[in-house]
Amino acid sequence: MCGNEALAEAAVIAGCDAYFGYPITPQNEITAYMSRRMAEEGRVFVQSESELAAINMVFGAAATGKRAMTSSSSPGISLMQEGMSYLAGAELPAVVVNVMRGGPGLGNIAPSQGDYFQATRGGGHGDYRHIVLGPSSVQELADCMPLAFDLADQYRITVMVLADGILGQMMEPVVLEPKPRRPLPPKDWALTGMKDRKQNIVRSLWLAEGALEELNYRLEAKHRQIRDNEVLCEEYRIEDAEIIVVAYGIAARIARAAVDRAREQGVPVGMIRPITLWPFPSAQISAAAETFRVFLAVEMSCGQMIEDVKLAVEGRCPVLLHGRPGGGVPMVDEIQDKIRQLTIRSGAV
Amino acid sequence: MKTVFKRTPVLKDCPTHYCPGCGHGIAHRLLAEVIEELDIQDRTIGIAPVGCAVLAYNYLDVDMIEVAHGRAPAVATGMKRTNPDHIVFSYQGDGDLAAIGTAEILHAAHRAEQLTVIFINNAVFGMTGGQMAPTTMLGQVTATTLGGRHATGEGYPLQVSEILALLPGTTYVERCALSSAPRIKQAKKAIKHAFQLQMDGAPGLSLVEILSPCPTYWRLAPAKAMAWIEEQMTTAFPIARLKG
Repeated sequence: MCGNEALAEAAVIAGCDAYFGYPITPQNEITAYMSRRMAEEGRVFVQSESELAAINMVFGAAATGKRAMTSSSSPGISLMQEGMSYLAGAELPAVVVNVMRGGPGLGNIAPSQGDYFQATRGGGHGDYRHIVLGPSSVQELADCMPLAFDLADQYRITVMVLADGILGQMMEPVVLEPKPRRPLPPKDWALTGMKDRKQNIVRSLWLAEGALEELNYRLEAKHRQIRDNEVLCEEYRIEDAEIIVVAYGIAARIARAAVDRAREQGVPVGMIRPITLWPFPSAQISAAAETFRVFLAVEMSCGQMIEDVKLAVEGRCPVLLHGRPGGGVPMVDEIQDKIRQLTIRSGAV
Repeated sequence: MKTVFKRTPVLKDCPTHYCPGCGHGIAHRLLAEVIEELDIQDRTIGIAPVGCAVLAYNYLDVDMIEVAHGRAPAVATGMKRTNPDHIVFSYQGDGDLAAIGTAEILHAAHRAEQLTVIFINNAVFGMTGGQMAPTTMLGQVTATTLGGRHATGEGYPLQVSEILALLPGTTYVERCALSSAPRIKQAKKAIKHAFQLQMDGAPGLSLVEILSPCPTYWRLAPAKAMAWIEEQMTTAFPIARLKG
C-alpha cells in the first residue's frame, strides 16, 4: 500500500468518525480513499470547499466528541493555521496529517521537510503547542494514526502527523490491525445536547482579567505533562558513536543506510531519530552530548530541526547540517561523504 | 389568573451586555422562545459568531460553541453530519456571514446542509467600532466611510439572502425585521419555520435574515433606529419570503 492509503485505512481502523478534506498533491490518495471507506463504514466524509472549511468542520465534529481528522499538504496546512489555533484555545482533540511538499508559496509537489518550524512551533497565532509525530516508514506512518487519536483524546490537543511526499507515495508492505485504545478520559465537555446536565460551552474567548493567562498556564501544564511522558525516539548504534546523525522522517530512513555503510568502513557513527518532533527528544540528545561528539543534522530543509538539536546540545558539541531544501532529497552517498568529512575533521578514526 | 407572558427558561436571567436599543436581545428572545416551543433545548447545538453576539451563550441556555470569524457554517457542517439527530443553528452577523464567511455560507447552502442560520443584518460592524459592512447602505456614514458609502470603490449593499435563495441547496430563505411589533412576530414565525424544517429533515439549509438596529453605530436614538430600518434598510433589503 502507498503511505497515504495506509494511513487512511489505519485511521478508519482507529475509529475515525469523520474525515474532512480538500484535494492537494501529494496527499490526494487519502481523500479519495476516505471518500470510499468512510461511506462503506457509514461514517462521515465531506470534501470541503477549502482547507479553511475542512479544519473548521473538524472543529465542529470534534466539539461534539467525535474522532475527526483532516489531511493536506503544506500550502493547505498554512490555510488551516487559524483553525488549529482555535482548536488549541478550545482544547479540542483533532488529528491533522501534513504530507509535506516544497515551499514557500506554491513551491512544488516534491517531498520536503520545510514545514518543521510551522508544525513544531504551533503555526497559528497565540501561545500554544501541539503534538507532532514524524514517522519514517509506511508501517510507522500507519501506526501513528491510532496513537494520534489516542493522544488527541487523552490531552484534548491537536496531533499532527508530519509525513512528506515520499512517505505518502511510497509503497511498502504494511500490517494493519486494531490496537487497544489507551484508557481515555470521558468527553464530558462535549456538545451533545443538554439532556440531564447543564449547558456545555466550547470557547476560546476569555475576556475577564487574568482569565486568558490562567488558560495559558493550564495549557502549559498540559504541555509539560506531554513533554514528560510522550517523547518517542529511536537510538541507533550510538553507544560507541563519535558522530551522531540526527534525522527524522524519510531523511532518517536514508541516513540510516549511510550510517550502516559508514559503520562497515569502521566509522563510529550512530543516529538519534526523533519520532515525536514536539515534544522533541531533547533529554536523549542532551545525554548523548555529555561526552564529546559531533552531531550532524540531516533534513530536507535549509536547517530547521537543527535548532532543536542545538538547544539540546547547549553548545557542548559541534552541530552541523546537511540540508536539502525545495524538494531535494539527500542521497545515501552524499550523507556518507559528509560523515567521512566529519571523521577526518574530528579525527574520529 | 391566566399567564399571558413569561420568560422562557431557554433565556437565562442575567444582565445584558448589549447596548440600549440593540436588536440582539430581541432576536435572542425569539430564538429562545422557539427552542422552548419546539421542545428541542436538550438536542440543540448553537454556534456563536465573532462580533457582538459572540457571548450569545451567556443568554441562550443550550449547548454552544464559539468559532472563528465567518466559519460557523463549516463548523455546523461538521456537527450536523456527525450528529444528524441534533438541531444545529448558527447565529451570524453581517460581517461574519456576508464578508469574511461568504465562502462558508455559500458552500454550506450549496451542499444542502440541513442547518438553520440566523443572519443578523445591522448594516455595520458593531463590535469593532462601526466600520462599513458589505450590507452598509449607500450613503451611510460609518467609521470607514466618513463621507458615506459610495458604490464606486466600496460597492453596493450585498444581498446575500437573494443569492442564497437562488441555490437549489436552500429550502427556505426569509428576510424579516425587528422594527415593529408585527415585524417581530413575523420574525419569530420565520425562525420557528426554519427550525421546524430542520426537525422535519427538509433537504437543505434554512436561513432567516433579520434587519436589526444598531443605534450606537448608526448614531441614532433607539426609536429612530427602528424607523431607519423601515425607511432606509428595506429599500436595499426588502422584507420578503424569498424562498420556500
